[in-house]
Amino acid sequence: MSASGPGPERSGDAPNAAAERHAGGTPPVDIRIALPEHLRNLAQVGREVRVRVPEPVTLGAALDALEASYPVLKGAIRQHGSLERRAFVRFFAVGADLSHDPPDTVLPAPVVSGHEPLVVVGAMAGG
Amino acid sequence: MGGVRVLVGTRKGAFILTSDERRRDWRVEGPHFGGWGVYHVKGSPVSPDRLYAAPSLGWFGQQVQRSDDGGNSWTPVGNEFSYEGVPGTHQWYDGTPHPWSFTRVWHLEPSLDDPDVVYAGVEDAALFRSDDAGVSWKELKGLREHGSGARWQPGAGGMCLHTIVLDPTRPGRMFVAISAAGVFRTDDGGVSWHAKNRGLNSEGVLPEPEADVGHCVHRIAMHPSRPDVLFMQKHWDVMRSDDGADSWVEVSGNLPSDFGFPVQVHAHEPETIYVVPIKSDSEHYPPDGRLRVYRSRTGGNEWEPLTKGLPQEHCYVDVLRDAMAVDGLERCGVYFGTTGGQVYASSDDGDSWTAIVRDLPSVLSVEVQTLP
Repeated sequence: MSASGPGPERSGDAPNAAAERHAGGTPPVDIRIALPEHLRNLAQVGREVRVRVPEPVTLGAALDALEASYPVLKGAIRQHGSLERRAFVRFFAVGADLSHDPPDTVLPAPVVSGHEPLVVVGAMAGG
Repeated sequence: MGGVRVLVGTRKGAFILTSDERRRDWRVEGPHFGGWGVYHVKGSPVSPDRLYAAPSLGWFGQQVQRSDDGGNSWTPVGNEFSYEGVPGTHQWYDGTPHPWSFTRVWHLEPSLDDPDVVYAGVEDAALFRSDDAGVSWKELKGLREHGSGARWQPGAGGMCLHTIVLDPTRPGRMFVAISAAGVFRTDDGGVSWHAKNRGLNSEGVLPEPEADVGHCVHRIAMHPSRPDVLFMQKHWDVMRSDDGADSWVEVSGNLPSDFGFPVQVHAHEPETIYVVPIKSDSEHYPPDGRLRVYRSRTGGNEWEPLTKGLPQEHCYVDVLRDAMAVDGLERCGVYFGTTGGQVYASSDDGDSWTAIVRDLPSVLSVEVQTLP
């Protein structure tokens, strides 16, 4: 199991780098991101983390904010350089599969409001 | 009190096995990085508590982990392995050009004199170096670009750079081995490289059996006191070089099969070498279901089976290329791991064997540290 407790973890008191870039614009929002066990262990966090994302809250911006707060996850969800989704990683939100959506896809309102998490999933594989 | 620390990489994590110098009672600790395939774990020869590990997972890619306390705790370090420039193509299985693409780290080789310097051999075949204890990696692109790269092709396990041998007497010289390309040597610290495959014969495997590149070299080994003498387990054939890999001669001799993966050199006897014969390239298990290490005390050609303590019936495991190592104690210890999850140890030069542990995940690599 993960090293931390069950609740969402804040990424720290200071706004993350992605949010800082938008200082002076629309205020960033805190969203929840749920991680699979291997990534929780890597980042040493619980089931969910909370990260601050500038608006518009897109899939790409959420992942940027996640990696800025937890650099150890760089390369584990998206490829270095190209930022393409790794083949066996999926993104779910409010019952929808966003895995094949472009990075500028705005996340559903319940995710933006913090009521639902963006869920990062290790795809089913094996036999 | 001194002892030994055995670093075991498996399909589902890493394990650390420790004992005092008697090598009778073992502590088994792990898994570290549970669920991750750990292709290699190796310690710095000048700072033994500095360990590097290479876990990877199909879902989440490559990690490199570093320990500064002998494996009690680990820190993830850099995992970005970017080819320099435009990577170009190598041959795919069907002979068509295939873009170079990073898949995983196969082998980590710490420097002989600086614990912050470590080399990584990766798939698709390339060599990377870190000067900051694994935090960042830079490709030594002269290898991939030396001229024959477009003709390299993957073996069944992928096109991997799996062996890195550092010359302790010439700081700029190192050898690498790639499946299926062959052996390459640099004399200037990795800037320029030369194929070193003269004498290798891959009849039935290559259309030109003595081609300059394309050979499926499985492993090479050196005794540090004689850096010009190298031993090789090739896909088929056990080979030896006495001139720093400029030329190779076959020393398979009376082996029951000259197919296999690892080759190792005794810690104190440079002419004593070990291999584990495997039946064939399509039947990766010991001949006759008998697990036998073969030892030559003559640098090859004359081999004796070592069977005491090893299963001599119904044994169908494999021993992979990085899964054999020796310690440096007065009576040389020899260790190997199997795809069945056993790690066998001998504390008497291979005369007799015991299983340290029997039910690990499939073993990918075994390294040994002799502790002060």
